[in-house]
Formats: sequence, C-alpha cells, structure tokens
Amino acid sequence: MNWLAMGGYAQYVWPSYALTLIVIALNIWWARRSLARARQEAHRRIATQKERA
Amino acid sequence: MDITSPGRAAALLIRRDLRLAMRKGGEWLQPLLFFLVVTTLFPLALDPQLSRLRDIAPAALWVGALLSSLLALDLLFREDGADGTLEQLVLSGVPLAWLLLAKTAVHWLLTGLPLVLMAPLVSTALGAPYAAMPGMLAALLLGSVALSLVGAIGAGLMLNVRRGGALLALLVLPLATPVLIFGARATSMAIAQQAYDAPLYLLAAITVLAATLAPLAAAAAVRIGIE
Amino acid sequence: MSWVWFHKLGSPPHFYRIAGRWVRWLAWPAVLLGAYGLIGGLAIAPADYQQGEGYRIVYVHAPAAWLSLMIYTTMAVSAAVGLIWRMNVAHAVAASCATIGASFTVLALATGSLWGKPMWGTYWEWDPRLTSELLLLFLYLGYIGLRSAIEDIPRADRASAVLAIVGVVNVPIIHYSVVWWNSLHQVASVMKLDRPSMPTSMLLPLLSMFLAATLLFVALMLTRARGEVLRRERTARWIGEALQQESA
Repeated sequence: MNWLAMGGYAQYVWPSYALTLIVIALNIWWARRSLARARQEAHRRIATQKERA
Repeated sequence: MDITSPGRAAALLIRRDLRLAMRKGGEWLQPLLFFLVVTTLFPLALDPQLSRLRDIAPAALWVGALLSSLLALDLLFREDGADGTLEQLVLSGVPLAWLLLAKTAVHWLLTGLPLVLMAPLVSTALGAPYAAMPGMLAALLLGSVALSLVGAIGAGLMLNVRRGGALLALLVLPLATPVLIFGARATSMAIAQQAYDAPLYLLAAITVLAATLAPLAAAAAVRIGIE
Repeated sequence: MSWVWFHKLGSPPHFYRIAGRWVRWLAWPAVLLGAYGLIGGLAIAPADYQQGEGYRIVYVHAPAAWLSLMIYTTMAVSAAVGLIWRMNVAHAVAASCATIGASFTVLALATGSLWGKPMWGTYWEWDPRLTSELLLLFLYLGYIGLRSAIEDIPRADRASAVLAIVGVVNVPIIHYSVVWWNSLHQVASVMKLDRPSMPTSMLLPLLSMFLAATLLFVALMLTRARGEVLRRERTARWIGEALQQESA
C-alpha cells in the first residue's frame, strides 16, 4: 500500500486531487445551474410579453 | 463652431483645472496629509530605532504613496462628472485621450508631486541617509506619474458606479504592482548605496508605456461610463 | 478567407444551438483524456528521483495553472472582439470565462501551496509563480467585481472589456516584474520539474491532462455562454422557438 501512502507525501497529494475533483464538480454544477436559470428567466420574459400583446 | 487644436484645448483645460483646484484648496491637500499620516504609522507599529527603520523605509514610502494616490483618484473625475463637464469634453471633438492626459497631468501636479517633494523629509524621519535622496526622488517621481496614469483608468471605469467602495482599489492595485516592485527596489538600493540603474530604467519604461497607453484606455472607460 | 463562419457564430440563435451540440462532443473526450491522465499520472508514471511520489501533484497543479492563464487570455480576446465588433455573443463568452478562470486560479494556488509544503517546507512562498498567480486572481476578482457592480448588462460588458484588455496587457508585465523581483531574493530550493527531458511515461499523462483541462473549459464556457446569450437577447423571437425545440 505504498501507493496510497504516496511515499510519505499522501497528506499533500490526495488533498490536491480531492480539491481538483471538487473544483471541477462545482464548475459543472454552476455552469448547468446558470444555464437553467437563464432559460427560466427567458421563459418568463416571453410569457409576460405574450400576455401584454 | 469653434474648433480648437488639441494642444490649445489641453492647455485651456489645464489652466481651468488648476484655477478650480486653487479655489477648492483644502480638498487637494488631503492625499498629502494621508501620506504623512500613513508613513508615520510604520515607525509606531514597529521599532522606532532609526537603524532598524531604514530597512522598511522603502516599503513605508511606497505603500504610503500607493494608498495616497488611490485616495486622490476620487478627486479626478468627481466634480466634472457631476456637473456635466466630462460629457462636454467627450462631445467636444477633441481627442478625449489627449484631454484626459491633460487632466491627469494636473491631478498629478496637485496630488503626486507634493508627495515627491515631502519624501526627503519623510525618508529622513525613517532613517534614510542623505546620499539616498537622488535615487529615491527619481524613483518616486517616475512612480507617482505612472500611478496617476494607471489610476485614471480605474477612475474612468468607476464613473457612475454606485456600489464602488473598495472596488477601485481592487481594480487599480494589481495593475500598480510593477510600479511598486521596481520603485521600492530602486529606493532600497539607493538607501543601501548600491547602483540602482536597473530598476529605475524599468520603472521609466513602465511610466512611458503608461503615458502612451493609459490615456487611451481611460478615454474608452470614460466614454462607457458617461452614458 | 471566409468570414462567414465568424459571423454565423456571432449570430445568437446559431451560437445557442451549436454550442449545445459541441458541449456534448467535448465532454466525453475530456472525461477519457482526464481518466488516462489521472491513471497514468498517479499509477503508471515512475517516481521522481528528487521528489519521490510527491511530484505527482504536477498532474493537477500544472493544468490548473495553464487554465488560469489561458482562460484569462480567452476572456480578454473575446471581450475585445465584443467591444470592436459589438457582438453580444463575444461578450457572453467573456462573461462566461470569469468564474471558471478564477476557480482554477484558486485551485492552482492551493495545489501549488500543497506542493510547496513538502518541497520548500512552507505552505506559502513568495516565489514568482505563486505570487503571479495571486495577482492574476486579483485581476479576475476585479473583473467579476466590476461586472456585478454595473447593473446594465451592455454597459457592464463594455466596461469589463476595457478592464480585461488592460489586464491582459499587464499580465506579462506583472509576471516579469515578479520574476525579476524574486530572482534578487534567492529562494531556498527550486522546483526541478522544468528539466528539458521528462521521461515519456511522465510526460504523456501530463499532456493528456492539459488537453482534458482545455476541453473541459470549453465545454463549461459554452454551457454558461448559452445562458449569457439568452440574457442579452432578452425577448428576441428566436428564443421562444429554440426553448420549445429543446423541451420537445
């Protein structure tokens, strides 16, 4: 299990990889949420515009 | 319509700004007073022995100058932005970058130059030797000009932005870092009585670059902010 | 030279549709390349003769740093395009870059710090790379701050474009001045990873990670940009149809 211990550097290597995965996951989540919100807002704008017409 | 040459327009603008500033007087002293107060804080926060202070003198001088120039930026466009003069300048047909260079020149004369003139006094109080003066003054002269020029870009971007606050500092300070690095380095080398050509030349290069490019960026920023 | 594709891409409805398709095509290669890079970097590549297993952080740190710089440049270029050609799509792209770039800059700083502790003995060092990265983070935060301080989107687009362009001109100046400043103050140890010859087993996973990171960024950016385009186009006619097509 020397691989898990990373030759003694485990406490630096694994948190680095964990942080990377977290940042990537956050970015994916944020991007999708931003698009979903923009879609909802656009829907609402068009709906209210139709009501006024 | 009277079409003035850019040179004449700039000269008129400079005279007008100077005259207005003389009338206001007090306000334009504040950056200088701020500089004096801030540089006084350093020995109070540290060891008041002059031999020790000498080491931090460049830092105190330059951080003080940087923060003071940030504060002074408020004065650059505030009045003219409020009373519509800035719009008139934009619409005047004279190249805006040129006019802004003139405004920045007056601004530096009133807020940057006083710092440079007070620097010998402040640096002596911080333990700097007399021999360090020429190098220190040269660096501060160049650096303060560069700070005014770069700061004008930030001031232009912040025109009519309500929730300003610390945002101006966040915009300007990263851009001002090279000035700080080379200026403080030249000053500390002058104090240590080493040859300070290298950082001084680099600082001069930055100042020249700022003088040519910054007014253009500031003009673009002002045009956008005026709408 | 055909500028048709450029103007086509600048057309919001076209961009909205195409970007949606591209995201799917980019996502899977990114995952595969990333998987190869991770496995290669963590397991297959041999240990470094100087840093042992600790050097493996490079497989996430270097791509993060690469992204932080590449994204800022992309942001500045697309902002300039938006400013010059008045393209909403370009402004949308620039706006999409900011948060992604800032987050990877933070990641680069954090992983660099974790790498520094075993190698230099401290979590923070004012070495040229970390210091430049920190200033880059401030540039990103300034951009994001300016955008959020201006409510009117077109005005925010133009003002932040000026800021991004000024910033990108400054990045090499800032970096050079920090390197120069740092070279005067000898740093205790130097990271020896810039050796010209890196064994292929180490190099290939690294290149794969760089590529995966780039593809990931484009996918993320396009996703956000689609939303930004919708915000800028307000109630344009094409939006209703496009949204209906998607839910169909």
